Amino acid sequence: MSAIKVTILDYGMCNLLNVARAFEHCGAAVSIVEDPAAARAADRLVVPGVGAFEDSIKEVRARGFDDSILEFARSGRPMLGICVGMQMLFDASEEFGEHAGLGILPGRVVAVPATTTSGAPQRVPHIGWNHLVPSAVGREWRGTLLDAFAGEKPAVYFVHSFAARPDEPRDVLADCVYGGHRVCAAVARDNVTAFQFHPERSGRDGLRIIETFLAT
Amino acid sequence: MSNLRIIPRLDIKGPNLIKGVRLEGLRVMGDPHAFAVRYYESGADELLYMDIVASLYGRNNLSDIIKRAAQDVYVPITVGGGIRSVDDARDILRSGADKVAINTAAIARPELITQVARRFGSQAMVLSIEAKHVGPSKWEVYTDNGRERTGLDVLEWVKRAVELGAGEVLVTAVDREGTRSGFDLDLVRKVSEAVPVPVIASGGMGSIEHFLQAARDGEADAVSMADVLHYSRLSLADIRRAAQEAGLPVRRFNA
Repeated sequence: MSAIKVTILDYGMCNLLNVARAFEHCGAAVSIVEDPAAARAADRLVVPGVGAFEDSIKEVRARGFDDSILEFARSGRPMLGICVGMQMLFDASEEFGEHAGLGILPGRVVAVPATTTSGAPQRVPHIGWNHLVPSAVGREWRGTLLDAFAGEKPAVYFVHSFAARPDEPRDVLADCVYGGHRVCAAVARDNVTAFQFHPERSGRDGLRIIETFLAT
Repeated sequence: MSNLRIIPRLDIKGPNLIKGVRLEGLRVMGDPHAFAVRYYESGADELLYMDIVASLYGRNNLSDIIKRAAQDVYVPITVGGGIRSVDDARDILRSGADKVAINTAAIARPELITQVARRFGSQAMVLSIEAKHVGPSKWEVYTDNGRERTGLDVLEWVKRAVELGAGEVLVTAVDREGTRSGFDLDLVRKVSEAVPVPVIASGGMGSIEHFLQAARDGEADAVSMADVLHYSRLSLADIRRAAQEAGLPVRRFNA
């Protein structure tokens, strides 16, 4: 059996080699592409990301990746966004001003609260391991990339100062709880799944999520 | 608060994992990769590598060790020692690190902090501080494994570095390092209170109690340890269990 092919977008912003290594570790044949046409033709597309929203979306547009991501999202083929790669799928972000996103999912990207629900200051960025919990509407994980963890609360690695606030509660697959606040950790709609956390840095559970993506 | 992170620290000289006392008097422990994989598999939240002789050579020599680690370790890796430029940082990040820890070069050229943060994000720019106690609640910044003084006050420097873009702070108490006498809790707490970004306490852990103190009294967001793990005095599971029993938030991990 030939390896499952995964295409990772290279828009020059992030250290995507660790994403590539994790997918390879899970048995994928990875291509890292700088060409929008190659992205459009992918079997499975990964939009990685780390860093600031504005710089990222600018680079995505400058390289002509915006149309290929939109087209790919409509194609029905599996797509995964990670961190800023998740945030860019939404309508807009408030990080350092107002910046339009790709509008694939309705909602905005807003700051992680700098105080807890009881008013105490808390660290931002939110860095480190946190547990995934079901969304406010209790969406099932069965049949999603979190399938292996139904009934559990896996710990995954976050590093971010902003997070998506989806308009449609049904798009939320999982949250984490930070200082008492629900923070959106995963969204999924049809063929598009996206994580605020880093599955490539989340140990064995992260690798299981990647394996599930390869199996879809 | 976030879950407290448990971070094994691997000090490297040439091809070897070493362990010293007060960052000197080095003893060779063995192949760093074997230790790194063991720590990853037993639940390390991150790994921290320091090239402790980098300043002698003027560059970080960990690329090959990090490339190898990146094949087997799928938690965040921070690398420090001898990183002097954006290009050095890029090379280390491309090797598989997620963050670089910078001390000496940031003191010589504070603008490097901003450059690294702009290029790779502030989450990748860890300020490393070697602190020596010089008076009541007063510490001086040192470089070169605690050999060279800088005249900088730790609390003033850390605030400035975070304003310049450092996204996290690793504070090593040189007087405690390798002594197993416990963290400098006053130092950790003062640094923690001085900046809004996460603080990693390093230097001096000899027991579970020290770990709990660093979190509770030092208000550390992460705790790094070397000696107790390298000599198998404690396991990561021991530390995680003790934290849970003490009611400190840590991630659940089943080996």
